[in-house]
Amino acid sequence: MSTTHQPSPLAKLEQKTIQEMILKGKRIDDRGPLDYRPLTITPGIVEKANGSAQVYLGKTRILAGVKIQTGTPFEDTPNEGILTVNAEFVPLAYPTFETGPPDENSIELARVVDRGIRESKAIDLQKLCIEPGKKVFVVFVDVYVLDHDGNLIDASGMAALGALVNSKMQEYELKGGEVRYKDSKVALPMLNYPVPVTSAKIGNSVVLDPCLEEEEVMSCRLTVTTGRNDDVCAMQKGGLGTFTPEEVKQIVSSAIQKSRDLRTKIVSKVN
Amino acid sequence: MGNKDKDKVRLIDDNGLRVDGRRLDELRPVKLEVGVLDKADGSAYIEHGRNKILAAVFGPREAHPKHIALADRAVVRCRYHMAPFSTDERKSPAPSRREQELSKVIRESLEPSIMSEYFPRSTIDIFIEVLQADAGTRCAGITCASLALADAGIPLRELVAACAAGKVDGKVALDLSDVEDKKGDADLPVAFMPKSNAIGLLQMDGSMTEDELKQALDMSLGACRTIYEMQKDALRRKYHVEHEEPEKEEIAEVKA
Repeated sequence: MSTTHQPSPLAKLEQKTIQEMILKGKRIDDRGPLDYRPLTITPGIVEKANGSAQVYLGKTRILAGVKIQTGTPFEDTPNEGILTVNAEFVPLAYPTFETGPPDENSIELARVVDRGIRESKAIDLQKLCIEPGKKVFVVFVDVYVLDHDGNLIDASGMAALGALVNSKMQEYELKGGEVRYKDSKVALPMLNYPVPVTSAKIGNSVVLDPCLEEEEVMSCRLTVTTGRNDDVCAMQKGGLGTFTPEEVKQIVSSAIQKSRDLRTKIVSKVN
Repeated sequence: MGNKDKDKVRLIDDNGLRVDGRRLDELRPVKLEVGVLDKADGSAYIEHGRNKILAAVFGPREAHPKHIALADRAVVRCRYHMAPFSTDERKSPAPSRREQELSKVIRESLEPSIMSEYFPRSTIDIFIEVLQADAGTRCAGITCASLALADAGIPLRELVAACAAGKVDGKVALDLSDVEDKKGDADLPVAFMPKSNAIGLLQMDGSMTEDELKQALDMSLGACRTIYEMQKDALRRKYHVEHEEPEKEEIAEVKA
């Protein structure tokens, strides 16, 4: 069951300060309302994975790894490979992250990242079919939150994208229904590069890329994931507040704009 | 949601009508009923197209376990659940990741409407059971649950109405049906409080340009306003008392 979460005791104290600063066009970490934190992305951190990428978004740190294995296709898509996204809130990342089964926040994070990749048709899943109806490649994307300083969705989405672009898969041949791997490797076939951009509403102002202190006082957030042709492929509102239709339209426009630079940066760094 | 085959299925015919004969901006038939369960503090039932959904509200009641209680407001708990027989293939009764995500976003769409500050240390529990699913269950569930909250007598800022819009065969369309959701291009579920001009749920999947998205958003907001009026009618049907009519006339006469 989904339950109202206990707000951090600091949130109430900080709320006023953060709101007043934002009204003056300032933020607690000296950014402007529409400034994104510095983004660093490092591909290929984990050699044993088919692909990996580590993202620093300010002090938020995410490591995403891709493993590609074989499996049985879903009945309704016999000619397509399978994408699976999972997110772990690793206990070392934050004092209140606990071990145990995923809670609704990590499920939401994984599903929003999944939706961006799936709906933008980022991976050419048809090329991952080995034998229709029998054998396909399964792409496991695992998102590891290593340090939590806010806006996990954007950082995770970009780490996942980086890890996919970085992924290499073993070339294979079919011999009597058996997959035989060759020594050579090819890149995972990619068709699109989805980038999530999250805005937060604090008081009546909207800021881009909320840090943790801002997330604790925000009334709500809206993530807009955009593909490379500027098409929106996924959205997710979170939090207990509400947006006006005008705010939503404004947020969509600024997210589309911002995603262009981020996409260029990720793709150029990883390739 | 999920797999959108690009099999050449035509979803809009030459007259601009959809598979079930609707126009692009036409809602499926909606039927609402308030107070349908005996033991719940508040309840409602919705039929939206072929969706059949029950919602029940218990509370405000003492928070249990005690440690979940909040000192300055009620804790709201929400479960969205699909019956195993509600879908084409049997769905396992264990809550799926999808249901867990939806429970969260549905709670976040209803909480802004609840005056939870009046009930510190208590819980308000919302249960949504999808008996038959036909695309748009989260929106129909929200519309229904908001009525159940009102039926429980919980003070609300406003009713929450919800409806999705989307894109079918390249055209923006309202309230996608099951086929349209599976074979269509995009889906945009929205929950809205019309008087407060406040969007409490907003999700999207598929592919839409910025302009299409804005058009779809306006279309779904319009439908939310229509559903909002239906919700008020449903409450009136339950709580309207016939024999009070003459008294009202008397008051009017005194005033005159």
